[in-house]
Amino acid sequence: MTTPTKSATSKQRKQEEPVIHILWMNAGLSCDGDSVALTAATQPSIEDIVLGVFPGLPKVAVHWPLIDYESGPMQGADAFIEWFFKAARGELDPFVLVVEGSIPNESLKREGYWTGFGNNPDTGQPMTVPEWLDRLAPNATGIIAAGTCATYGGIHAMAGNPTGAMGVADYLGWDWRSKAGLPIVNVPGCPIQPDNLSETVLYLLYQLAGQAPMIPLDQALRPTWLFTATVHEGCDRAGYYEQGQFATEYGTPECLVKIGCWGPVVKCNVPKRGWMNGIGGCPNVGGICIACTMPGFPDKFMPFMDEPPGAHVSSTISEAYGSVIRTLRGFTFRTVDKEPKWRRKGRELLTGYKAPWS
Amino acid sequence: MTTSSEQGRELVEMAWDPITRIVGSLGVYCKIDFANRQVAECYSTSSIFRGYSIFMKGKDPRDAHFITSRICGICGDNHATCSVYAQNMAYGVRPPHLAEWIINCGEAAEYMFDHNIYQENLVGVDYCEKMVRETNPGVLAKAERTEAPHAEDHGYKTIADIMRSLNPLEGDFYREALAMSRLTREMFCLMEGRHVHPSTLYPGGVGTVATVQLFTDYMTRLMRYVEFMKRVVPMHDDLFDFFYDALPGYENVGRRRVLLGCWGSLNDPDHCDFTYENMGDWGRKMFVTPGVIVDGRLVTNDLVDINLGIRILLGSSYYDDWVGATDPFVTHDPLGNPVDIRHPWNQHTIPRPQKRDFTDKYSWVMSPRWFDGKDMLALDTGGGPIARLWSTALNGLVDIGYVKSTGHSVLINLPRTATKPEKTFEWKIPTYKGEPLSNALERNRARSYFQAYVAACALHFAEQGLNEVRQGRTQTWEPFTVPDEAISCGFTEAVRGVLSHHMVIRNGKIANYHPYPPTPWNASVRDSYGTPGPYEDAVQNTPIFEENSPENFKGIDIMRAIRSFDPCLPCGVHMYLGEGKLLRTLHSPHAFTAP
Repeated sequence: MTTPTKSATSKQRKQEEPVIHILWMNAGLSCDGDSVALTAATQPSIEDIVLGVFPGLPKVAVHWPLIDYESGPMQGADAFIEWFFKAARGELDPFVLVVEGSIPNESLKREGYWTGFGNNPDTGQPMTVPEWLDRLAPNATGIIAAGTCATYGGIHAMAGNPTGAMGVADYLGWDWRSKAGLPIVNVPGCPIQPDNLSETVLYLLYQLAGQAPMIPLDQALRPTWLFTATVHEGCDRAGYYEQGQFATEYGTPECLVKIGCWGPVVKCNVPKRGWMNGIGGCPNVGGICIACTMPGFPDKFMPFMDEPPGAHVSSTISEAYGSVIRTLRGFTFRTVDKEPKWRRKGRELLTGYKAPWS
Repeated sequence: MTTSSEQGRELVEMAWDPITRIVGSLGVYCKIDFANRQVAECYSTSSIFRGYSIFMKGKDPRDAHFITSRICGICGDNHATCSVYAQNMAYGVRPPHLAEWIINCGEAAEYMFDHNIYQENLVGVDYCEKMVRETNPGVLAKAERTEAPHAEDHGYKTIADIMRSLNPLEGDFYREALAMSRLTREMFCLMEGRHVHPSTLYPGGVGTVATVQLFTDYMTRLMRYVEFMKRVVPMHDDLFDFFYDALPGYENVGRRRVLLGCWGSLNDPDHCDFTYENMGDWGRKMFVTPGVIVDGRLVTNDLVDINLGIRILLGSSYYDDWVGATDPFVTHDPLGNPVDIRHPWNQHTIPRPQKRDFTDKYSWVMSPRWFDGKDMLALDTGGGPIARLWSTALNGLVDIGYVKSTGHSVLINLPRTATKPEKTFEWKIPTYKGEPLSNALERNRARSYFQAYVAACALHFAEQGLNEVRQGRTQTWEPFTVPDEAISCGFTEAVRGVLSHHMVIRNGKIANYHPYPPTPWNASVRDSYGTPGPYEDAVQNTPIFEENSPENFKGIDIMRAIRSFDPCLPCGVHMYLGEGKLLRTLHSPHAFTAP
C-alpha cells in the first residue's frame, strides 16, 4: 500500500524526498486482529497516513499483508516478501518494523516451527519470527509492537501454553534501542484500539521527520498520553461507583466492579475514547474490563467474570479518602502491570505444559 | 523459479508466500504448465500453531468465549458467539429474547462489515483496473468498450469504470467501501461493545444496555448500508458477468464439485432453547438454515445429524494420534446416539513439531470431514455466503418478509431508502450447462448477495429488539450456575463458513474444548484416507487466462481461485495436491522441497 503516484516515479522521488517504509509482520502468534483494527481507525485513518494528508508528514510506503496490492510469486513479479529481505540486507532505509503477534519460543524443540513468514532461503523451511527479528531489528529505525500479544505475550502466552510465547521486548530485551536510539514502542490492547495505533504511527513519523521530540513512554514502553489514566478514571459509570451503586447482573447501567470489571487498576483509555468514532467500549457500554491492555493479561485476571480481589474492599470504602484507595490500588498495580515469569527466552518451557515431544 | 520436465511436460515451479489480501499467512506452491495454460500441481501451506485447545484445559468454562474470540481477528465475535451458545447449552440457560435480538443485530453487522471489506478492499483488487491492465490488457480493452448493464443502478458507465473504482486508494468505490466497513463496525460496537473481540457478550445474554437510543443509532446506520447494497449487488453482477463474457471458460476457475456445508446462523429466540435434545428443531428455525449439500442436493438440515457426522482426521499434520492412546470423553450424546472417537468431543491435540516435508507431514492443521454414513466428505463453505444462500434456498423455510426462501432461490426485499426506491434481489442457485456450479466468481457473487440478505435480516432483528424495549422487557441477561459435569456444543456460521465449538466440563473446569472454524474445512490437507481437500479440487481445475509470460507472471487466476474461499489463516491451513498422486521430491534446488 503505497502513495498512489509513487510506483510510477519511485526512483525520482527517492532523490527528491526520503520515503519511510513501514514493514508490517503479522506472523507472530496472533489473530491478525490488530491489522483488522487498524482498518477501523479514523483519527487518523490509514488512508490519511498513506495519502499524506497532514502538513509536514513524510512520504510513507506501507508493506502490509492485509491489504497490500502486491501479491506476485516469490522471486518473481511483485513479490511482497522481497521488501523484508531487502530490509534484512540493509537495502531499505529508513524503515519502521511493526510486529503483530507474540514471539513463540522456537528453541524449545529440536526441529519444526511454531510460525513462519516466507522461507529461509538457506533451508527452504519457513522463516520463523525470531529469525526475522534477529535479521531486521539491527537495521530498523524503530519497532512498534502492535497489540497485547506482541507487547507482552497476551492470550497465547497464557499458563499452560505449549509455544513459550512472549512479547517483542521479552525477546529483544527491555533495554533494546534501535540504531536511531528509539526504544520498542508498545501499543497494547486485544486488539488495539484502532486510533491508539494509528496515532502512535503518526507520532513516530513526525518524530522521524525531525518534527517531534522522543515519543514519551512509560516503564512498560507504552505511549504515556494513551496509557496513563485508568479505565475507571475514564469510565462514565464511575459516578455509580462513587454512589455505591453496583450492578449485580449484566445489562444494567451501574458500576460493574462486583461482577468482574478490573477497570480501577487497568491502564487504558477505551471508555473515554470509545472503540471507534466514540462508539462502543467496555464498562461504559456494559462489558466488564478484562484488562486486555495489561502485561499481566490474561492470567492475573482470570476467571474474568468473578469479582476482582480487592474490589470488595475498595468498593465498600469508596466513601473513604481517595488517597487510601490509591495506595491500596498501588499494590495491585505493581502485580498486574508485570508479566508472569514464564514469558522469557531460553530452552525450557515454564508454562506448566508437559511437552509430548521432549 | 525452477523449470523441470515431468512426463514430457514443461513445468515451472512458482510459490506465493505469504499471499497478501487475506487474513493471516497462506502460501501456495505450484507447478504451472504454461504450454497448456493450467496449474499442474499445487501445495498450499500456512504455518502457525498457538494451541488453544491445550491452554484452555483446566480453565473456568465462563472464560471460554473471552479466550476463543482471540482465535480470529476478523471474525472473533463469531467465535465468542459460538462459545456463548455452547456455554448456554452446558449451563442450561436460555437468554431473554432481547439478548438474542441484540446478538443477531451484532452478528449481522459483522457479516455486513466483513464481507464488505473483504469483497471490495481485498478480493476487489484482483478485479481492479490496475490489476487487469497488468495481467490481461486485452480484457481491459474490452471492458473499456463494454457498457455496464446496470449503469443506472450503480453509476458506472462501463465495466472499466467499475474496475477503476476498485483501484486501491485511488478508486472512489474502494474508499467508499472502506468507509462503509467502519460504519458497519460502529453498528457492531453498539451491540457487542468492541470489534473484533466483543466486551458485552456473556453466557446467559448480553451486558449491552438496551434503550430506544441503541436501536435508533443502529437503524440510522443500517439504512445507509441498505441503500449502499442497492448499488453493490448490480455492480458486482455486471463485473462478474463480464468475466464470463470476456474470458470464455472462466467458469472453471476455482471450480469444484458442489460439496457445501452450512451450520446455520442467527437464532430465532422464539424457538431456540439451547437444549441438545431440541437442536434439530430450533436449528431449522434459524434465519440462515443449516444444511449439507452434495451435488446440489440437500442431504440433511438437522444439527444433530450434522454434529454426529463431524470427524477430525490427522492427515499430514504435525500431531500424534489420540485414538488408542486415550479414553473417549463422550461415548453417547444426550439423545443416546453413539459418538465417534474422532469426533471433536473426543479429540486430543498432541503437537509434535517437525520439519516441513511436502512428501510427509507439512501442516499444523488436521482434516475435518463430514461422514454421511458412507464417505468422509471434504465439505467446503465456499467462503460462507454461497453455502448459506444455497442451503437457505433449498430448505425453503425462511420467510420474514424482508427475506424469503423459495425452495430454489432466495428473495431479498429492501425497503425504500433516502434516494432509492424499494428493490428486490433474487439469488438463484448457480448452474453451468445444466450442472450446479461452485466456482470463484459464484463464491464472490454470493458474497454481495449475502450482504444484502443479512442487511434485510438486520431490519427484522432491530425491529424485534426495539419492540421488546418498547414493551418494557429490557432484561438482557439470565443468571446461571456452572455445573460440575457437562457436554455441549455450539453451531453458527463464522463469516467465511461453518463454525462449531465442542466443550466437555469436568469438576467445574474445561476438560476438553475444540473449536472448528471454516478454514480447516476449506483448506484441509489430504486426509488419512487420501481424500483431497477443497482447495485441491478448486486449484487443480484452474485454467490460466493471464496473458503474462512466466517471467512477469502474477498468478492472478490462482489468486482469484484461492481468494474466493475467503481464506482466514489464523485458523491455519496446509494443503497438497498433485493430480491425485503424491508429488515426488525433485533433485533441483527449489523453494519448497524440504532438504
